[in-house]
Amino acid sequence: MFSPYAKRLLLNRTNLVISGIAMLIGLMALGWILWTLVDFGFHGLHVKLFTESTPPPGSDGGLVNAIAGSLMMSFVGTLIGTPVGIMAGTYLAEFGQRGWLAPITRFLNDILLSAPSIIVGLFIYEIYVMRVHHFSGWAGSFALSLLVIPVVVRTTEDMLRLIPDTLREAAAALGAPRWMVVTMITWRAARAGMITGILLAIARISGETAPLLFTALNNQFYSNNMNAPMANLPVVIFQMAMSPYDDWHNLAWAGALLTTSLVLILSISARILFKKEQ
Amino acid sequence: METNIKFSLRKLDFYYGKNHALKDINLDIPVNQVTAFIGPSGCGKSTLLRTLNRMYDLYPGQRAEGQILLDGVDILDKKTDLNTLRARVGMVFQKPTPFPMSIFDNIAFGIKLYEKVSRAELHDRVEWALKKAALWNEVKDKLSQSGYSLSGGQQQRLCIARGIAVKPEVLLLDEPASALDPISTARIEELVHELKTEYTIAIVTHSMQQAARVSDFTAYMYLGEMMEFGRTDVIFTNPSKKETEDYITGKFG
Repeated sequence: MFSPYAKRLLLNRTNLVISGIAMLIGLMALGWILWTLVDFGFHGLHVKLFTESTPPPGSDGGLVNAIAGSLMMSFVGTLIGTPVGIMAGTYLAEFGQRGWLAPITRFLNDILLSAPSIIVGLFIYEIYVMRVHHFSGWAGSFALSLLVIPVVVRTTEDMLRLIPDTLREAAAALGAPRWMVVTMITWRAARAGMITGILLAIARISGETAPLLFTALNNQFYSNNMNAPMANLPVVIFQMAMSPYDDWHNLAWAGALLTTSLVLILSISARILFKKEQ
Repeated sequence: METNIKFSLRKLDFYYGKNHALKDINLDIPVNQVTAFIGPSGCGKSTLLRTLNRMYDLYPGQRAEGQILLDGVDILDKKTDLNTLRARVGMVFQKPTPFPMSIFDNIAFGIKLYEKVSRAELHDRVEWALKKAALWNEVKDKLSQSGYSLSGGQQQRLCIARGIAVKPEVLLLDEPASALDPISTARIEELVHELKTEYTIAIVTHSMQQAARVSDFTAYMYLGEMMEFGRTDVIFTNPSKKETEDYITGKFG
């Protein structure tokens, strides 16, 4: 017979071992993906990646058009999506206790947050690309901004809700009007979390392929024209990886490694920033 | 004995939604005196304090009925400008609530809300407020540091300094020392003594000793009703009601 204590000890150990194995499986999958990425991507890493545009099959080239396009569209997408997201998130957290608008907005935002990104791409295709009759960098940016908004709305609201009401009361008790309480006290107190949310939104859109397929399409040449089709890393990776050419495969792996590194750096900086201010 | 009245509460009722939290409160809070609200948890003393600057207005579903006259003007009137009211009636909370900014800016924030002052005047006023709150000597060399870098007791004095800096007429203190150690508590109590020459003070406290030490008048509340109100020395030595005596002597509560 086990004493109750030994039984608990055994139960504890068993559960610990099972949890440990589960964690190892998860980590192994991640590690494997990362390793494959580095292994294959490393061959393709070359200065030309950053100086030359995507080549026709069989000749030398790089990814500079795709890198530039991705950066531009992500930048514009974030620039459009962030203010909208912050304003809406602030409304939900600070002014949304009364009335019907806030609960409905929150519900729709949650749907948008989990909507497949291809639907966002189709939506922009229908309402913008079809009207102007051509694919463009703008269309890609609009699609990306629609992905930024729900993430930023959510994190902004969550972070503002973490700020204790006593801080708002303290500012109001000095006679500060509501808008000043929000802009000078609660935004400041929640700053690290809100910036983290924006970084995570950027990380999310920098890997999105589907919303760009119908909007920015692709471009074989370097282009700064936001009104023309624009190259971007995810779509380039997609097309090159599907091709039968070895040199294109190498470029695709290199692009994948670049994108992943960028996302990794963004996530890590988000974490560091959040920790530091906490 | 004639005293001037700062706040007159007449037939005040207060509701949290359907919960009737204050029942028919009638009370006169005298000028330049310390009035303490005591009573067991949930008796409505904090609720009462929060009606005096209409802090409850921040939340939906909370409402007050009756009259609260501040210098003869009803602040429950719809036309009352809440921000001006709160600039006149300052408040310090149970937990220290420094703003996420420097010590200097913590004080300057409130001053800049309602006054146009030069850089030098602003500096003088911050120094004045910190001296009033007996904090100046401890922070004068680190005004640009974050308010969070101070200890709990210092943070609370910072909040008091912040409240004084806007030169209100009334200071509401909601259990200002309950989260502090005895030494910090003693400093806050000394401060209350000094401040009452210039401000009308209302203080909510769980500690009867504190009420006895700092206040001139005491209101004993129970279940949302004002049981007894009078001079502190009378309430503590010769209360007119049995319930008050039971609470004060520790038989109850």
